[in-house]
Amino acid sequence: MFDDMAKQSTVWLEGTGPEAEIVLSSRIRLARNISGIKFPPAAAKEDREHVLAMAVDVFKKDSIFFKGRILYVDDIDAIDRSFLIERHLVSPEFMMNLPGRGLFVGQDEKLCIMINEEDHLRIQSISSGLTLEDTFDAANKADDYLSRRIEFDFDDDFGYLTSCPTNVGTGLRASVLIHLPGLVLTRDIDNVISWISKLGLAVRGFYGEGTDVLGNLFQVSNQTTLGRSEEDIIESLQSMTGQIIARENAARERLFNDARVQIEDKIWRAYGLLLYARILTSEDVMNLLSAVRLGYGMGVIKEMPLALINELLLLSQPAHLQKYLNKTMDAEERDVQRAMLVREKLNKTVKQP
Amino acid sequence: MLCQDCGNNESTIHLTQIVNNKKVELNLCRICAEKRGFHNPFEKNAFPLAEFLTGMLREIGEEASAAFKALKCPKCELTFADFSKKGRLGCGSCYSAFRTQLKDLLRKVHNSNQHHGKTPITTVKELKPLREERKLRDELRQAIEQEDFETAAAIRDRLKILFEPAEG
Ligand SMILES: [Zn+2]
Ligand SMILES: [Zn+2]
Repeated sequence: MFDDMAKQSTVWLEGTGPEAEIVLSSRIRLARNISGIKFPPAAAKEDREHVLAMAVDVFKKDSIFFKGRILYVDDIDAIDRSFLIERHLVSPEFMMNLPGRGLFVGQDEKLCIMINEEDHLRIQSISSGLTLEDTFDAANKADDYLSRRIEFDFDDDFGYLTSCPTNVGTGLRASVLIHLPGLVLTRDIDNVISWISKLGLAVRGFYGEGTDVLGNLFQVSNQTTLGRSEEDIIESLQSMTGQIIARENAARERLFNDARVQIEDKIWRAYGLLLYARILTSEDVMNLLSAVRLGYGMGVIKEMPLALINELLLLSQPAHLQKYLNKTMDAEERDVQRAMLVREKLNKTVKQP
Repeated sequence: MLCQDCGNNESTIHLTQIVNNKKVELNLCRICAEKRGFHNPFEKNAFPLAEFLTGMLREIGEEASAAFKALKCPKCELTFADFSKKGRLGCGSCYSAFRTQLKDLLRKVHNSNQHHGKTPITTVKELKPLREERKLRDELRQAIEQEDFETAAAIRDRLKILFEPAEG
């Protein structure tokens, strides 16, 4: 499955859109449940299958809007499950075994709907760069289409009803995946995180071995879903993200002024490792690409386009690598093949400086 | 089963992988699963809901908290005690069954207990009176259960007004 997808990047990694170097992607999620049916974790298998059939019916009736593919999770094998998780199309929880789950993936992968995750429907939209409003529009339209044919659980006080009360109301989670190497290097990141948390946003990093944040990537999202309109939630995340970007840029400027040679050395060393290393773990690649990405942002490295940095970030993950090379490999073999793939891609695209 | 990577935590994530044509079972804790690249880009339970719940139940005292815990959703039969353990509701009717308690909880969690946002487009007109009635009836039932007859009378008046245009 997904052999066509495995060979190409995904829309949220195109490297386009405002602030695409710092903000990798903008994501919107709307949680919806169908009136009169128990929420998926509490429901019987037959109920979940009924929900799945209702959703598939809408996708087929409105096939012009819902252009893409419908997948049944029970039919997806382990590597394809990891593949979907790596592509940020589904949550890891969604891939745990609960019979009756399904997935709609839009043709350009901008729209993706999980059926019977924790809620009956999780409508998601994802785009490259800081584009929360457009991304919301896409999810919102899908919600309108669905709500014309399906009656959602809705209450005048509580809004859209959800399995977990932390999602009730708008059912909206808006988030940005953001690259903050400057703040990590200047050690301002802890201050910034506590400042963001105080303003009602949630921040999380992707942790690898030890406590270092992997690839200097953070996800910032709204914490509360009830009591504010969708527009309000999105606007405040948008403006907060703008302020975080400003602080990141200020940190970079300070680094450039105070320790220019050291920073340039770090960037070029990372570049050199990507170009010549013979063994690379996926964590290595994430961290090295972070330095190269910083180099791109600071104008140190001009040879490597953002789309290629993003493509390598995606392809170097275990399931993507195996699907791209069309063979199953253990971790050791993957590390060798990964280094080879990175080298090839770089040599093909980049003229040697 | 303990996590096979760290051997410390209980494994909560179970996966089957195919490596070199051999099936490999993975039983991992959340942290180790993330280490292996099963990242979760989807925020989940960013909120310590359990803390809010236990806090709320403690605040109201033992007697009232026992009464709360015994509340049961007529549709899916989830009790408030189950909910406070799991942090998940069973169905949409749970929100009606626990309306008073949830209003309290949601004010703590979201700083608000009133939705301000989108309404489903097709159901706005047709279902609004119905939802209003359902809500008032929940509140009436709970007011009577709590022997708050003053509130109950006020709710009855509002229900009357709700039906006046239709009846008159
Ligand atoms: Zn572990
Ligand atoms: Zn229920």
